[in-house]
Amino acid sequence: MKKENVKKKFLLPDLTNAAGPISSITAILVGLFTGIIILLISNPARAFDGFLWIIAGSLQSAKDIGNVFYYATPIIMTGLSVAFAFKTSLFNIGASGQFIMGAYGAVLVGVKLQSLGSFHWIAALLTSMVFGALWALVPGIFKAYFNVNEVISFIMTNYIGMYLVNWMVRSTVYHKLTNRSVPVAESANIPKLGLDKLFPGSSVNGGIIIAVIISVLIYVLLDKTTFGFELKACGLNNDASRYAGINAKKNIVFSLLISGALAGIGGGLLYLAGSGKYIYVEDIIAPEGFTGISVALLGMSHPIGALFAGLFIAYITVGGSYMQLSGFVPEIIDIITSIIIYFAAFALIIRNLLQRLKARKAGEN
Amino acid sequence: MSTIFFLIQQTMFFTIPLMVVALGGMFTERSGVINIALEGIMIMGGFCSILFINMMQNNLSGQILLILAIIVAMISGAAFSMLHAYAAINMKADQTISGTALNMLAPALSIFMARMIQPSGVQQIQFTNTFRIEKVPLLGDIPLIGEMFFQNTYITTYFGVIILIISAVVLYKTKFGLRLRACGEHPQAADAVGVSVYKMRYIGVAISGMLAGLGGLIFVVTTSTNFNANVAGYGFLALAVLIFGQWNPYRIAGAALFFGFMKTISATYSSIPWLNNLPITGYFYKMIPYIATLIVLVFSSKNSQAPKAEGIPYDQGAR
Repeated sequence: MKKENVKKKFLLPDLTNAAGPISSITAILVGLFTGIIILLISNPARAFDGFLWIIAGSLQSAKDIGNVFYYATPIIMTGLSVAFAFKTSLFNIGASGQFIMGAYGAVLVGVKLQSLGSFHWIAALLTSMVFGALWALVPGIFKAYFNVNEVISFIMTNYIGMYLVNWMVRSTVYHKLTNRSVPVAESANIPKLGLDKLFPGSSVNGGIIIAVIISVLIYVLLDKTTFGFELKACGLNNDASRYAGINAKKNIVFSLLISGALAGIGGGLLYLAGSGKYIYVEDIIAPEGFTGISVALLGMSHPIGALFAGLFIAYITVGGSYMQLSGFVPEIIDIITSIIIYFAAFALIIRNLLQRLKARKAGEN
Repeated sequence: MSTIFFLIQQTMFFTIPLMVVALGGMFTERSGVINIALEGIMIMGGFCSILFINMMQNNLSGQILLILAIIVAMISGAAFSMLHAYAAINMKADQTISGTALNMLAPALSIFMARMIQPSGVQQIQFTNTFRIEKVPLLGDIPLIGEMFFQNTYITTYFGVIILIISAVVLYKTKFGLRLRACGEHPQAADAVGVSVYKMRYIGVAISGMLAGLGGLIFVVTTSTNFNANVAGYGFLALAVLIFGQWNPYRIAGAALFFGFMKTISATYSSIPWLNNLPITGYFYKMIPYIATLIVLVFSSKNSQAPKAEGIPYDQGAR
């Protein structure tokens, strides 16, 4: 009897632990299917071409593959930022503000401190980290010590950050003719690490490697350290963790500090990419922060999940940009992504379904 | 004196859409469903109603067209919000996730559809503003008050005030309001006495969809002459006003007025001589509304009045 049981288990792997990835993949399939329908409605004759661009446009050349990594880098970082805060049950809707503050920090050092030589880009990147962290510190302290809802203070700091950066760019690193920041020094650009040889013609650089390393570090921090355990405990049950002697207020502040630092690095990595990116002085909130929410959600708030989700969104975005060749609006990619996220929200239903299957199997035994 | 009239009129333009959308948010959160999709619903309501105005403006104009557009905005907003209701209530989905999805879907869908439907193939939808009321008959002639509230205005301003009053009465003085609040505070108890939690939550989300859709129309009509698939983050600001207003209709009105006034100062400081002469950069004035809101929150957030069951999917089997 017992032997048979073991055998059964072997034959039918327990899928309940895989519910997360399964629901994400289901959501992606549903999203892509909806994409086909939209393409068919808007232009049946070229729908197949259009769909081919979405799923394979990024694989056309080494340049496109390189650009997928380039586009993925900042949104992986903002995605990590949002995911990290989610682990402490905090909703970092302010990644945009931290992102642009980090970008400004990087550009400021990149332009002004040219005497640093080969440490220049490291100093600029570290500055972006500090600026991003500091920008999340205020909502963190407000949340921990004054009970201010973090969603509202993050929304406010998004706007304040946008205006503040516009103001500071104008007064420190402004190029009037183009209404944007002046280019950073060559030494402030992140080293290419040979990636430009591997993917010629693309904007890829060492930033993607830094993003991958940070994803792994965040995974280790959350899953393998006491500090990470405490953070997650606070997120799961604040009262219980306080009872167990965890300083919840301190953890809220630290969680948001790290979350902000991650978004800030994202800003640094994008604006130090050496790809001709400048901070424009205009009243627009950086979209990377909001994309980060999508990345975190699609990645199930898991650091490694965010890494793959960022790559996936970059992959279909680069492919989708070619859709215009077939006469389609590139916004179709946004529609597909949002439908994917919408269905990713149904993870609970899929988990329940798998659990019911498991229970039925157990019943048969 | 004319400066003061000007400031009051401008404040109304900022305050009314914020207040209407935040009141919508109040109904959904009081029923227990967090709706961060307000921004997306505003965009959808704005899109459908401005497209309606664009297509009908050769035949109709003025207040009749605006009132018809209001109906379109409310219906389309409510319809779009049903996507969120289905995910949040039936599918017990994470409400932040489905809200984020709708916020992303709305602008993409409205750009896509605008370019498909319009013969010109552009994403902006133009309209001619025939809705501004120079002076309300009779009331506009009242000294002081007439100039403050009944000149250079829109019919939507008065709708906003009426919606505020109706919201407060419905929430606190009717059986429906009591049941709605019960579903947001303790759904199990509400269910035990025979209230259908699912139905109440659907209605809560639908009201938020109607009001957010309307808010989208009000925002576009009073501040622009074309619709370009965004509402300048007003849905998120309304979310902030809702929390700032502690889920209470009158406080929401106060919070919207406070924010609207601050926003007015930041938008018009250059035409107010004594503010413009101060040695302060214009960027500072632009930041004032947001900084002021943060500071006020620090002093007013000790006791949060958030509905206790908001954001938690209701499961009849759970205890």
